[in-house]
Amino acid sequence: MAWLLIVVPLLTAAAAAAVPSSRWRPWLVPLGGLAHLVLVGCALAGAPVSAFSGWLSLDPLGKLVLMFVSVLFFLCALYAPGYLALRADRPNRVFCACLLAMLAMMTLVILSHHLGLMWVGMEATTLATAPLLFFNHNPRSLEATWKYLLIGSVGIALALLGSFFLAYSSLHEGLESTLLFDDLVKLAPQLSRPWLHAAFVLLLVGYGTKMGLAPMHTWKPDAYGEAPGLVGALLAGGVTSCAFLAILRFYQICRAANETAFAREIMIFVGLLSMAVAAVFMVRQRDFKRMLAYSSVEHMGILVLGIGIGGLATFGALLHLLTNGVTKGVLFLSAGNIHRAYGSKLTDDVRGAIRRLPVSGSLFLAGFLAITGSPPGGPFISEFTILNGAIGEGKFVVAGLFLLLLAIVFVGMGATVLRVVQGTPSPQAAATTFQDRPQVVVPILVFLGLVLLLGVYLPPPLESMLREAAAFLEGGR
Amino acid sequence: MNQLLDPILVAVLLLNFVALGASQLRTVIHALALQGVLLGVTVVLAHSTVTVGVILMAVAAIALKGVVIPRMLFHAIREVVIRREVEPIIGFISSLLLGGVGTALAILFSKTLPIAHEHIGSLVVPASLSTVLTGFLILTTRAKAITQVVGYLVLENGIFIFGLLLVEAMPFLVELGVLLDLFVAIFIMGIIIHRISQEFSTVSTRKLSALKE
Repeated sequence: MAWLLIVVPLLTAAAAAAVPSSRWRPWLVPLGGLAHLVLVGCALAGAPVSAFSGWLSLDPLGKLVLMFVSVLFFLCALYAPGYLALRADRPNRVFCACLLAMLAMMTLVILSHHLGLMWVGMEATTLATAPLLFFNHNPRSLEATWKYLLIGSVGIALALLGSFFLAYSSLHEGLESTLLFDDLVKLAPQLSRPWLHAAFVLLLVGYGTKMGLAPMHTWKPDAYGEAPGLVGALLAGGVTSCAFLAILRFYQICRAANETAFAREIMIFVGLLSMAVAAVFMVRQRDFKRMLAYSSVEHMGILVLGIGIGGLATFGALLHLLTNGVTKGVLFLSAGNIHRAYGSKLTDDVRGAIRRLPVSGSLFLAGFLAITGSPPGGPFISEFTILNGAIGEGKFVVAGLFLLLLAIVFVGMGATVLRVVQGTPSPQAAATTFQDRPQVVVPILVFLGLVLLLGVYLPPPLESMLREAAAFLEGGR
Repeated sequence: MNQLLDPILVAVLLLNFVALGASQLRTVIHALALQGVLLGVTVVLAHSTVTVGVILMAVAAIALKGVVIPRMLFHAIREVVIRREVEPIIGFISSLLLGGVGTALAILFSKTLPIAHEHIGSLVVPASLSTVLTGFLILTTRAKAITQVVGYLVLENGIFIFGLLLVEAMPFLVELGVLLDLFVAIFIMGIIIHRISQEFSTVSTRKLSALKE
């Protein structure tokens, strides 16, 4: 079962690379996504998933992330054929194959309970996404791909060093050295402290680079700015969630080793720093896709901050993983449509998006309101839960800074978004052929539906999944 | 730990300085290739019992780090007609000095970390940390895309050295996975370097500065 989840998308990727017709190939992407979604449904409903003597297994935390990544990928995949039909000038063989390979590698990261295997999967997601960023084949996308590949690979190399340090911390104490997650959690109280501390810092820096936490976020605006909106949504919701899951695994080892306070202090600091850096760069941002990248930096900071606060905020952070991901789906895909219609992503050229593209423009505005925490969007509930958790834990300064930074982001992001949607479109923009069509609008509407659903009503099965995942993360002593 | 391991690690450290101080790109790549071969040999020395798997692992490491990747890099500098100098952002003397300071710091730092008793006196930890630092130095102070790849490879070599302490924890398959990832990464970087040279008629990353605030 576990290996099917990885092999099926890989086989679909191979099929996509083999299909000769550029017109029909993109349909393999939603097909692979659907197959993956069905398999994930079976895995969640059926018996516990485990394979290769515990190397691959699905714990409550993995279940939550896997379900989310599968849904996100399927909705983005539904958008893909419509988008690629608009870009018929560009060959899409590598693009389609890499999208599916990326899904397989994300699944591998989520399932692996062997830290070495998880590293291999994470590096493979970097490699599978690099050709996606280079889709436009122009100098700017070349620059973005180079930075993404180099910074991502170096960051991930540090994470490998951190994993080695962690394995050494058990060897040092005369225990058998291991990289199996379950063994490390069991052995945690006996691990050598200096090595464990050094390992956690390296791993947070390494996987934090993939997640895009400040100050390792420098690749993010370039990559998200130049990538197709579809790839941006998958990176901002999928790959970053996998990197966050990796950080959570090491946080769990720290918890089991009674080093919670050490890990939490660092996470609160990094979380607030990411929010602050994002807030600074979002004010007066002229490029609306780069603005979304900084918004992603901000929300990755919120995730880490929530875990660092602990208590109720842990539940809030896990919920925020879902709400942020689906809202980023709305924002990146609608921004992609606006970019297509105007041929520019600078606010100097893009005006009156609501008149030019009534549906995409309104969706972009709705996505902005949701992501900045306006009710009744999902992020409002999750951010409020994190705030509640911070006050409940007595961290009033953290709560105050959190609110202040959210307010700055709201103002900064609002100025850019309102410039894009209001006003009258220029004559050049009105002359382009792109229109709101069902293929490129319906997936975004579904994303928005999920944002609102998570905001007003949390389905009981989902809530119990979230509670189990939070209990798994906070318990496990 | 084998007695021969330490002399080889000293040679690896000296090659770091060659990579830092050489002005010709070819010399740097030769140093990298030699370092890769030496690292392959250390795999055999680090194991107490030599099995078929160990030999296979060593051969894979030598083939990839000592032959395939250097060949790809040579191919890249031949293909792209460029001046074959390194183009450092800081001078060679300063690079070497910084490398020396980095190595000294690595040795001091590894003294503060608790080492398992069977590894006491071994050079693995200081050699690993100083190679990682050298990799960082090359990455940050060289302008050409290809020298940045060299920096990444040196960094990866440093991590590989640390892995020698953990030969029991890292299963064979995962080790191979790590090498495969490295190979694909260098392959994709090679393609992109080729594109950079076509697009900007240079391989200097100084031209990659359109994207900024």
